[in-house]
Amino acid sequence: MTAADAAIPAVFKPIRSIGRSTLGALRMVGSVGVFSVRGVASVFTPPWFPGQLWRQLVAIGFFSLPVVGLTAIFTGAALGLNIYTGGGRFNAEQVMPQIVALGITRELGPVLAALMLAGRVSAAIAAEIGAMRATEQIDAMRTLSTDPFRYLVAPRLLAATLVLPLLTLIADIIGVAGGWLVAVRILDFNSSVYIRNTANFLQFWDVGSGLIKAAVFGFIVALMGCYHGYNAKGGARGVGRATTHAVVSSAILIFASDYFLTTLFTHT
Amino acid sequence: MTDIAKLEWRGVRKRFDDAPVLDGLDLSVASGRSLVIIGGSGQGKSVTIKVAMGLVRPDAGEVLVDGKNLIGPGLKWGGGRSRRNLFSRVGVLFQGAALFDSLTVWENVAFRLINADGVSRKDAKARAIEALARVRLQASVADSHPSELSGGMQKRVGLARAVVANPEILFFDEPTTGLDPITSAAINELIVDQVRGLGCTAVSITHDLASARTIGDEIAMLHGGKIVWRGAPAELDRTDNPYVRQFVDARADGPMTSVVQER
Repeated sequence: MTAADAAIPAVFKPIRSIGRSTLGALRMVGSVGVFSVRGVASVFTPPWFPGQLWRQLVAIGFFSLPVVGLTAIFTGAALGLNIYTGGGRFNAEQVMPQIVALGITRELGPVLAALMLAGRVSAAIAAEIGAMRATEQIDAMRTLSTDPFRYLVAPRLLAATLVLPLLTLIADIIGVAGGWLVAVRILDFNSSVYIRNTANFLQFWDVGSGLIKAAVFGFIVALMGCYHGYNAKGGARGVGRATTHAVVSSAILIFASDYFLTTLFTHT
Repeated sequence: MTDIAKLEWRGVRKRFDDAPVLDGLDLSVASGRSLVIIGGSGQGKSVTIKVAMGLVRPDAGEVLVDGKNLIGPGLKWGGGRSRRNLFSRVGVLFQGAALFDSLTVWENVAFRLINADGVSRKDAKARAIEALARVRLQASVADSHPSELSGGMQKRVGLARAVVANPEILFFDEPTTGLDPITSAAINELIVDQVRGLGCTAVSITHDLASARTIGDEIAMLHGGKIVWRGAPAELDRTDNPYVRQFVDARADGPMTSVVQER
């Protein structure tokens, strides 16, 4: 505590705490903003590192397939059961295929795939870049005339932004299949009627809006991982903190941006 | 010795939070000379070389290479041309070697060649293996990963990476920290060989006096963010400078004691 802090009357201390927190939050928003602008600029300006991009596409996309697929099939199945139960209260069980398809493609597919990616990828990015920061590898990269933003950040941002829509498309298909499985195997729906109802009901924009959301979420997941890893301080403890912050902030930003994007898409 | 220093810190100041680390540092190294900076922990040795490497931005003052200001408050920092120019002329051996875990040994050594200089992977690998041979590592380690090597071998790989592009200035950050005396002696010998072989200018920081005496043409002592003594290695044992005496004699009492107790 500084002498100036000690001189503040006790009654004003809560106000000081609020002020400090507000300033800290604003500083972080500014810092994330500058980081994201630098990151995006690095994506569009040479030199590019295609090898790094390929590596990230595989690490983020291919290796996330099992976890995204499993999440989608169980979510689709559970959603189907819930809609059947809820619909039964006003004799509307037959709308189950349409509601499952709509819920998965517009909302649950992109959000759940993004949350899985936040847990798996954002944490991994923060840990890897944070460990590189702690062991001076990022400094070393700079002295080797290579910009860490272009080599580390840009490929991850681009890969996650490109790959999450693809994962979401797969999650959509698997999620709808989960609903179909429950409907046909447990609830005695007719398979071909279920599929026809789903296909006839879905519009391109239902899937398209989910994929646009997914691209935004992918960017957020990679950005939070890179930002917190790049700014990690304090050795192993700092890397652990960066990992936690990356996952938590990714999840919060995914939900917040989901609301705003949904609002935007609803009014367009 | 030439008139214009190869590398010069001129009035460099740096604070972290409220604590001054460098307090108007003036220091220069002539071309082809090896300067070793010694000093207690927390006296600003790492910051001194990080400012010269372009990794830490000084609050005031400037760093000149061949008389040209490359690092200073008036110059663009970010991806500025002067800083990129500096990076292309230096090689660095970091304290923990700072090898990239995800790359093989040869990819580490050839990192600059492939990613910054546009050398083909085939040619870069050949040059990396050549550099590994210069630090007495066999080509068989080239395809290993850094985690498979001992600390001493990692330092050698770090040294090979630092010298592979024939830099004009080499920085060594605590090159023998954490190594046994035999490996330390081997690393010191390699450093001397490489610096002389390349004819480059070297700046090292270390706590290890044996290392300082071996690799330095000159030794400077940093205390309180300033140089408090400078001389030839042989003068370390003859000087009456109280800071040097306390450091060399490894005494707890002396002018640096109050700083130690405060920490």
